Amino acid sequence: MTLFFAILFYLAFVIFTVGLGYKIYDFARTPAPLSIPTTPAPTTTAGVTFRMAREVILFESLFKGNLWIWLFGWMFHMGLFLVLVRHLRYFVDPVWGWLAFIQPFGKYAGFMMAAGLAGLWARRFLVERIRYISTPSDHLMLAMLLGIGLTGLSMSFLSHTDIISVKAFFLGLMAFDIQPLPAHPALFIHLSLVALLMIIFPFSKLLHAPGVFFSPTRNQADNPREVRHLAPWAAQIEKS
Amino acid sequence: MAAPEFKIPEYREFPTVPALVPGAMAHSKPYIANEKVQEGIGLPAKLADDWQVTHDKAIGKFGELLGKYRSLKVFMDSCVHCGSCTDKCHYFIGTGDPKNMPVARQDLMRSVYRRYFTLPGKLFPKLVGARDLTKDVLDEWFSYFWQCSECRRCSVFCPYGIDTAEVTMAARHILDSVGYGQKYSNEILAKVNKIGNNLGLPGPALEDTLLGLEEDVKEETGVDVRYPLDVKGAEVLLVTPSADFFAEPHIESLIGYGKVFHAAGISWTLSSYASEAGNFGLFNGDYNMMRKVAMRIREQALELGVKRIVVGECGHAWRVAYAFWNTLIGLGNNGNDPYSVELQKQLDPRYKEPSHICEFTWDLIQQGRLKFDKEANDSRIITFHDSCNVARGSRMGDYPGGQFEIPRNIIKAVANKFVDMPSATIRETTFCCGGGGGVLTDDLIELRVKGAFPRMEALQHVVENNGVNFMATICAICKAQFSKVLPYYGFNMRLVGGVHQLVSTAIRLGDEQ
Ligand code: HEM
Ligand code: HEM
Ligand code: SF4
Ligand code: SF4
Repeated sequence: MTLFFAILFYLAFVIFTVGLGYKIYDFARTPAPLSIPTTPAPTTTAGVTFRMAREVILFESLFKGNLWIWLFGWMFHMGLFLVLVRHLRYFVDPVWGWLAFIQPFGKYAGFMMAAGLAGLWARRFLVERIRYISTPSDHLMLAMLLGIGLTGLSMSFLSHTDIISVKAFFLGLMAFDIQPLPAHPALFIHLSLVALLMIIFPFSKLLHAPGVFFSPTRNQADNPREVRHLAPWAAQIEKS
Repeated sequence: MAAPEFKIPEYREFPTVPALVPGAMAHSKPYIANEKVQEGIGLPAKLADDWQVTHDKAIGKFGELLGKYRSLKVFMDSCVHCGSCTDKCHYFIGTGDPKNMPVARQDLMRSVYRRYFTLPGKLFPKLVGARDLTKDVLDEWFSYFWQCSECRRCSVFCPYGIDTAEVTMAARHILDSVGYGQKYSNEILAKVNKIGNNLGLPGPALEDTLLGLEEDVKEETGVDVRYPLDVKGAEVLLVTPSADFFAEPHIESLIGYGKVFHAAGISWTLSSYASEAGNFGLFNGDYNMMRKVAMRIREQALELGVKRIVVGECGHAWRVAYAFWNTLIGLGNNGNDPYSVELQKQLDPRYKEPSHICEFTWDLIQQGRLKFDKEANDSRIITFHDSCNVARGSRMGDYPGGQFEIPRNIIKAVANKFVDMPSATIRETTFCCGGGGGVLTDDLIELRVKGAFPRMEALQHVVENNGVNFMATICAICKAQFSKVLPYYGFNMRLVGGVHQLVSTAIRLGDEQ
């Protein structure tokens, strides 16, 4: 099992970083030929940064759009964020002071994450409009994340695993020195699903995470009368 | 008004999200552009007889657009089907057709994107809702991408700012490129390219109209207000939607612009060659076409040697002028490439180039150069309909949101009675009139009437509670659309008018003794 997970995580890591890296490069190299911020929009770069921060941290547009989705979505993502930060402890040694400090809070963030996911999933069944737009992959994505969350929580609160060894395994992976992974069913499920998540990330709607930063309606300053936006392919037309 | 063959939505005391009615608008299709029209604007005459040819061409074009437009690429990838946009489209609210939910409209295209351009869609199409491009799918595009007015309301509420208008434009561009054009829009593009305006009014007809206007205004006010055409060396070139020359109530605003120039003593001219502010290239998502239509304005600005360019009351025209002219034809400020410098060194840098007529008038009002008899508008209780392209695609003045304040400020400066419609239906969250984005044609009348429903409800609210009898707006399409659909909802068609129509009523021309 140790070897299986070692290979799986190397594989997942490569697909995740190369895939996501390529996607980000692809977004970045595609020009935005016209100035299309959704107005009213900030007129300066500082303003755009602030708008983007509000979108990413507070989900401002979603808040305007639908309070229920916002509530569940925000719970899920904030929970996820705290959980992920907390997980850093498996990958750094010694554990930084602030990281040790937030551990107790992060532990309960898992519940927030799971509750948010459950709420989002319920909407996919209960709200007619959202039922209509949901594809099987939307459901599976939520099932997968909920699976990760619940197995994780079960390890934190019900049947503990040997996290010292887990840490040794991952530190070992990073040093190309493979250490035994503790045999624990919940841990196996947890890790398999995490690897799956990493593998599908660059090919799925999870691309919304980098996507939001590249969205021209949100990341452009409203200054078209002052600044000429000209894409390379559009400049070509001028020459002909 | 002939009896409609469809049910007009009923006014509701408390608007709620409608139940889904699958297929409710599946029958809605505009007329297809004929071969002559298509070829006239350089597009394939018709669909190829061999489906495979069309299929390959469409997918090829799709790929090309994905490489050219970051918006399309990011929007195709990023939607998480969260549902925030689902109840935001006026066409969904008015029809209940689930494919008029913005995300579902995008998915008509995203399903094809996933199938041809992503790995999961190639491997597991069912799982991720991917599908092959078939003739049925293309027909569905033609139906539902002509049920979007590209109003951008959905993009306000999307956590990633996904703008269905961008998706619609791309889809229409693909349809055009395989010879599946829409008659109304493409005919207009043919006319503007040949004659210089969307209505196809030749120069002499314009001249007659303007002379007639001068006589009318003289008769009514006793003052010689001029409506000049093709005057070299004028200070301002006014570019306005051609509907302003002929249609009611549009022409009332044109009269108003002339009076503003007259009262301020600023020389101005219209152009017969560039007699159209509207630009239907935008609606079809065709950059080259949009540039070609706009180019006439660059050429005339250089030819007439004007110092300022002012744009009349038209929503999408203002978006194109404000947001795109600098890019397309180098008409803006601070250009540093040879192309834009050529024009920009001629234009007066003290003013925003281009300026909206409302910015122009409001500046004059602030400088105290215009005087009004506000009482002249006292018979009117006025509300203001924010036009979508102005509200969500452009700006006026120096600060974000100026596009909402400046027209309202003008109304309040020229009239005493103003009241806004409910806040969820104005400003950034304004509802489209239902006729924008290239659907202002009688073959889509059912769509237009149903799409106007949310605005009609908001209007009903202020009519009942505040006695509103005039809805001002600054868009030629809104004016035409409302004149047509107001009667379906039991309103007088004359309830709609322009902001400069109100200015026209109240302005003191200065030279009456
Ligand atoms: C920059 C970081 C991110 C931002 C700003 C962001 C934002 C959002 C927003 C606004 C939504 C829609 C509301 C909702 O359904 O929750 C959403 C949905 C979603 N996000 Fe993220 N997200 C980010 C990162 C991530 C990451 C790293 C993951 C995965 C591990 C993720 C997984 C999801 C999933 C699965 C959904 C869909 C939920 C559903 O099916 O209803 N997000 N995200
Ligand atoms: C290689 C990556 C990961 C490893 C090695 C890992 C390992 C673990 C372990 C050992 C626990 C139990 C902690 C304890 O007993 O105190 C746990 C808990 C948890 N994990 Fe993971 N996990 C990983 C990735 C993830 C990811 C990507 C997510 C979220 C999408 C996640 C969500 C959770 C949650 C919600 C808990 C319970 C709350 C907590 O203890 O923080 N894990 N994980
Ligand atoms: S752009 Fe406007 S018309 Fe088109 S889908 Fe969005 S809300 Fe509807
Ligand atoms: S709001 Fe945006 S992300 Fe959510 S379903 Fe609509 S288009 Fe997709």
